[in-house]
Amino acid sequence: METFKLIMMSTLALVMIIAAIMAVSSKEMPLAILASGAISLLTSIFFLVLASPDVAMTEAAIGAGLTTFLFFIILRKTEQDSHENEK
Amino acid sequence: MKMKNSIALVLIVMFGIFLFHIYERYQTQTALNKTAAYYNSKAPAETGAANVVTSIVVTYRGLDTLGEVTVLFLTAMIVGYILRQRGKAKTPKNTTSEILITAANILIPGSIILGAYVFINGHLTPGGGFQGGAIIGTAIGLMILANPIGNIQKTALHYIESLSGFTYILIGLAGLILAGGFLDNRILPLGNLGELFSAGAIPIIYSLIGLKVGSELSSILASINETTNNTAKS
Amino acid sequence: MTLSIDKIALILGMVLMLVGLWGGFTQKNLLKIILSFSIFNSGLNILIVALGYLPGRTAPILEGDVVTPETLASVAIDPVPQALVLTAIVIGFGITALMLVFALKLNQHKKSLDINQYTDLKW
Repeated sequence: METFKLIMMSTLALVMIIAAIMAVSSKEMPLAILASGAISLLTSIFFLVLASPDVAMTEAAIGAGLTTFLFFIILRKTEQDSHENEK
Repeated sequence: MKMKNSIALVLIVMFGIFLFHIYERYQTQTALNKTAAYYNSKAPAETGAANVVTSIVVTYRGLDTLGEVTVLFLTAMIVGYILRQRGKAKTPKNTTSEILITAANILIPGSIILGAYVFINGHLTPGGGFQGGAIIGTAIGLMILANPIGNIQKTALHYIESLSGFTYILIGLAGLILAGGFLDNRILPLGNLGELFSAGAIPIIYSLIGLKVGSELSSILASINETTNNTAKS
Repeated sequence: MTLSIDKIALILGMVLMLVGLWGGFTQKNLLKIILSFSIFNSGLNILIVALGYLPGRTAPILEGDVVTPETLASVAIDPVPQALVLTAIVIGFGITALMLVFALKLNQHKKSLDINQYTDLKW
């Protein structure tokens, strides 16, 4: 049971590091924002395994929900601005 | 710009060495240190809350929570000031699909009730004011996206936020007069452990914090949604 | 080196912090810089919570017959880092929101999100 938990957590950590590198070095913005939302969600799972349900709930609601939403709204507003001025 | 990249690499390597030193001296603990042992053994009896993290955030370290509420209030105020519109605010018309409006009509009341449940039961189960407020903020965000009933009334959000903040300070001052100190929760009777109406003033304080955080996050989203792309310098 | 959950979380937190810092230093798009800062914040929060973990113990919340007020001190982990990280996550979101609004206003002013255009304060 212990080794199973260790293997699962190591796999999740590897996925998170790959997602972080993808988020920082990709050319398209929506892919980067989705990768950062995935990082927040997997962070929330990590908090649950580290025996902190309060922190897991906060990170899931604020990190994976509101921060990704805010990034997409600002992305849309800035692309709208630059398209309006190119016409 | 090869010079800039190599300077950045050197800085990150130095920071990495500093972090590695922290990792080297880290040993997995086997026993609680004195502060944690005090909180774990005395908190349920002194404050009457079943959730030790809640009792630390609201009573033992209540001043830090007051500071955090102040920081969020400043953020909402600065966002509202920077994105102010001259004249009447015209929200850009979103043409949303019928699936989105129907799903939003079902999901929004459920989310608001879930958020209220989370911050009312903050002292019994994992949860609390900040989590419940964030859930309510997400529900209002869905309302902004789907736009089922028109614009968000921002004056109602301002009134809810101001009244909850003011009542929170009044309860803190009542703790100074009636009980041990600022933001003490013994102004109301402690009750039995595990019931809804227990732990003194903790449910009331956390409900007010939940309403305040929810309305602040909603007003940030509403301010961003209402900006049109005017090119005048303001 | 015996591997346990909190050592894995410690390494993960440190690597996320380094990746976020690298993104903040070398990217050119304003939104990418703010995204890297948000990743740095997540890594830091994992680091702090991992420092308070004790193996074999459970969360510091009373729960019926499993965790009673008498056994709480010997069965639960440290509650103080959790209270600190709770505050830190919310304030981190506030800072990210403010940075994004500034980026929106700057884009309205100069029509570009490239950070090489904003060299007004450079000496």
